[in-house]
Amino acid sequence: MTDLTTLTIAGLRDGIARRDFTAREVAEAYNIAVAAARMLNAYTVETPEDALAAADAADAGQATGSLAGIPLGIKDLFATSGVETTAGSRILTGFKPRYESTVTANLRRAGAGMLGKLNMDEFAMGSSNETSAYGPVISPWKRNDGGNAALTPGGSSGGSAAAVAARIAPGVTGTDTGGSIRQPAAFTGICGIKPTYGRCSRWGIVSFASSLDQAGPMARDVRDCAILLEAMAGFDPKDSTSLDLPVPQWEAHLSSDLKGKRVGIPREYRIDSVPAEINALWDQGIQWLRDAGAEPVEISLPHTKYALPTYYIIAPAEASSNLARYDGVRYGLREEGVKTLDDMYAATRAAGFGAEVKRRIMIGTYVLSAGFYDAYFTKAQRVRSLIKQDFARAFEACDLILTPTAPSAAFGIGETTDPLAMYLNDVFAVPASLAGLPAMSVPGGLDGQGLPLGLHIIGRELDEQTVLNAGLAIEERAGFAARPEKWW
Amino acid sequence: MSVDTKQVRHIAKLARIAMSDEEVEAMVPELNNILSWVEQLGEVNTDGVEPLTAVIDNKLRLREDKVTDGDCRDDILANAPGAQHGFFAVPKVIE
Repeated sequence: MTDLTTLTIAGLRDGIARRDFTAREVAEAYNIAVAAARMLNAYTVETPEDALAAADAADAGQATGSLAGIPLGIKDLFATSGVETTAGSRILTGFKPRYESTVTANLRRAGAGMLGKLNMDEFAMGSSNETSAYGPVISPWKRNDGGNAALTPGGSSGGSAAAVAARIAPGVTGTDTGGSIRQPAAFTGICGIKPTYGRCSRWGIVSFASSLDQAGPMARDVRDCAILLEAMAGFDPKDSTSLDLPVPQWEAHLSSDLKGKRVGIPREYRIDSVPAEINALWDQGIQWLRDAGAEPVEISLPHTKYALPTYYIIAPAEASSNLARYDGVRYGLREEGVKTLDDMYAATRAAGFGAEVKRRIMIGTYVLSAGFYDAYFTKAQRVRSLIKQDFARAFEACDLILTPTAPSAAFGIGETTDPLAMYLNDVFAVPASLAGLPAMSVPGGLDGQGLPLGLHIIGRELDEQTVLNAGLAIEERAGFAARPEKWW
Repeated sequence: MSVDTKQVRHIAKLARIAMSDEEVEAMVPELNNILSWVEQLGEVNTDGVEPLTAVIDNKLRLREDKVTDGDCRDDILANAPGAQHGFFAVPKVIE
């Protein structure tokens, strides 16, 4: 019998429907694979019974949704009823929500089961999974230099990315505030899409920066991303920024024919310090889209270089406000042995937050404080308007935008210690986040070290279909079939 | 603009994060590196540009005027590090 963990979600769905195998066999195969891959540190909690229960419901004909019996990995930022949800932070140790996030509830309604919770950078603040209180996720990929250096899967959805790449989940949820789906997808040779801001409800997702946070799927191919996103998205009255729009049938409308589409190539994304291989892959991507019928056009996004500094004012500001709730009173950690309530707050937060989270709370508190608010925060919100206007103007001349996903391939754990150097990982991903636009990473090829590189597609707001279609056109032409050799 | 140890101590107090003197000393250059980097936004002419408030146009909805939450006290208290008599319990506030 085929190894069921080699199939895509579409393959599993069709195989279960044809009774080639049962959903229970799929869940069992994945439960075994998950347990055998603990050295990757991808899962923080394993829930094999949950995956089996959903599978049995599907096999008994009680679940008939688009994901009936499909077991998924869930990023630990999503509240899952009765299952520990920590956002990769010590401060949420032991937190078992009494409710289910809307996105995971939607996936369950579609029939999906849960394999477990996936490790991540603490509160989604990081690009390498090294800020997790549970220790870093180890990428299944290795360099081809004969060395054995442990590489990062990227972040913050690093456990999610590693799980898909290592075939210990057929698909997973991620979240993306400034690249946290797309950069890890690129680092691990998988697909991931961040939809338009407001497509997926934020209710029940631990908040980082509310004006930027957006959930999305990560999976092996473009079709699986479309299937998962359809199940995750939808209007939710419990999220005031949820879009009250029907969910398009992205999978049914997938087409790699891009005739009549103009692909914008932003000249500001051509950066000399980026490895030549990445710019060469970008050129190859342009050629692939041309082959698919699209017409490349040069565009300008003049405020691109200001996107990262803008993000590193707005995101910490929102985080400092959102993370004020971790006070040792309502959930999670409490430091005892101090005298006053104020001391309890300060001691709890000192013990519960890691270094990067503290750094961002401090920056956020500073830029929002009296006397500095206008100079930093309001200024950044004005520049954010200009970045959004850049995209609006560009989309008068094109229908989608193609760029590299990240300025490097995966790096080694412990290799990047300077916070600013780490922030630069998201130089290509952050502008689309600031503008709320749908954006996707698809694998394009391997670099000289044998590591995956991603191509990044940005679409007009609400036009996930064109993004997915361009992703499919690249996928068909790139023929990316490389897989990490199993060493775990 | 840059911060010194006095300001870092003040920010830490505002943020309710206890910090030792060594941690404050270490935080000063880290914050200053980030602040001097974000200050490049000063180069951008934003005269007459409105600050962005909603990234995707969306109207704030009004819901029906009726109670839709509540009646879940035990669920809310279930994860509290200290709960007594149906309330959150905290260290003594008033002597």
